[in-house]
Amino acid sequence: MNLSASRKLLILGGLALIIFAMSYGLWYALFAEHQALEGMGVALATGFAKAASGNLTESHQSIQQYGQIKYEYVRHVDVHSHWGGLAMILIVLGVIFDRVGFSERRRLYIAIALLTGSILFPLGVILQTASHSVIPSALAVFGSVLVIAGMVAVAIGFAREPGVS
Amino acid sequence: MSARRLLAFGGILAIVVGMTFGDLFAVFILHPNADRIGEQLLAATDAVSAGQPQTVLAHFTNIGRLLENRGTKVDTHVHAIAFGFLALLLALLQPYVVLSEARKKQLAKLFLFGSVLLPACVFLIYYLGLAYSPLRTIGWASILADFGGLLVILATGGFLWGVWCHFNSNRAAASDVLLSASEWSSRTLRAGGTLLILAGFLHGAYYAGAHLYEHEARETSLLTTMVDRAAARNTAAAHAAVQGYGALAGEKAVAIAAHSHVIEFGLLALLLSFIQPFVFLSEHWRRRWTWTLLAGSAILPAFVQAEMRWGLVAGGIADFGGLLVIIALCAMLTGVVRYTGRLDGSTGGAG
Repeated sequence: MNLSASRKLLILGGLALIIFAMSYGLWYALFAEHQALEGMGVALATGFAKAASGNLTESHQSIQQYGQIKYEYVRHVDVHSHWGGLAMILIVLGVIFDRVGFSERRRLYIAIALLTGSILFPLGVILQTASHSVIPSALAVFGSVLVIAGMVAVAIGFAREPGVS
Repeated sequence: MSARRLLAFGGILAIVVGMTFGDLFAVFILHPNADRIGEQLLAATDAVSAGQPQTVLAHFTNIGRLLENRGTKVDTHVHAIAFGFLALLLALLQPYVVLSEARKKQLAKLFLFGSVLLPACVFLIYYLGLAYSPLRTIGWASILADFGGLLVILATGGFLWGVWCHFNSNRAAASDVLLSASEWSSRTLRAGGTLLILAGFLHGAYYAGAHLYEHEARETSLLTTMVDRAAARNTAAAHAAVQGYGALAGEKAVAIAAHSHVIEFGLLALLLSFIQPFVFLSEHWRRRWTWTLLAGSAILPAFVQAEMRWGLVAGGIADFGGLLVIIALCAMLTGVVRYTGRLDGSTGGAG
């Protein structure tokens, strides 16, 4: 008996996604994280120092700048951790996916939903740093809905698991 | 020791070390560190009122150091546990990795070396700083931590190649004792783990929809209020804004900690469901440790979330939940250590 398509998709997709997530984290740590942390510190300190000098307009600008850098920093870290975390869940589900009590066709649909959601949800989050339009947020919401719906289906599938060997 | 057992043992050990470190950090460092940041922020607002920009900058330098202390310890905790999970996953996948046992062992050792190097060096970043560094912003500890991450990526890539070869060769699905583990403890951990992960997803979705943007807007608003009130020499209002900022930081921290911990524990339960055949304990004790682990996994995130309402009492109960998970993990690790190699021998190279 060959390995089912749904399990192949989850295991290979999960492994590829985790390598991508770790590479993304490595790139971010090497080339962007220190600059972002320094930028946040400088912007916040400048905001308070300008206020101490009586320049409230520049103080407010610096605080806004701090808010913007932090907004992006939080999303970069979130994307790294969510891609990595979701990838691990995909791999572990891939190993036991034959125990989900649905037909292979349905399992394949669930696996596609889980993998697509695991890619799109963090992608939407990181795109929020490039565009403040509704599209990135909609993508993130759509991705998270796919992941949650897939996980609900898996939970139901485990409950329907046919007789224990 | 086979590559599979190396990864399973190393994975559980990394998770135990990462969780113990997290518990010690939460009890002894997290709260005092947050108090010191609050004190420095209050002093900075007072310096704004006094019109002393240099003093402000000095306080923010101190805040930067305190945040670095906190951030590097959180990263150490998170990465040690994440690599532990990944090691357990790779242990599971070994029957699907078409490489020689010697090559698998090399990759497993490379993975574990990188998994130790990265968190250990991240921990040292705060203490070593930029000493003897050839670069302006990144110290030796960061460079070595990144190198550790690279080793982990390379080793995982090697295993992915092995899995790809398996699928490409159209081999039959691997029959394996671990993958077909179906005793009571395995089934209970699988069901509990799935529900915990689902609860974590729903909690995260609720937080993102209801609080994330409001928290971000409130943070900027509170900082602006702080400088405005301090510049107007309204010390009481400035201090109130600092307190509000501290409370907001607490709200964010507990929500994120609850979200990440419940998913983390769910994944842990799923992973541990597979290695039950490696846990050489009586069925009675395996059941006991299964319940202990699941109880701790539910108690910690629930009471972390309750910390904003019930304060230190909830924090203490949450720490107790973390302790239950650690105790159950140590017990299972003991079972793995007691394992005699029977499984490796009977499956003839399964791992």
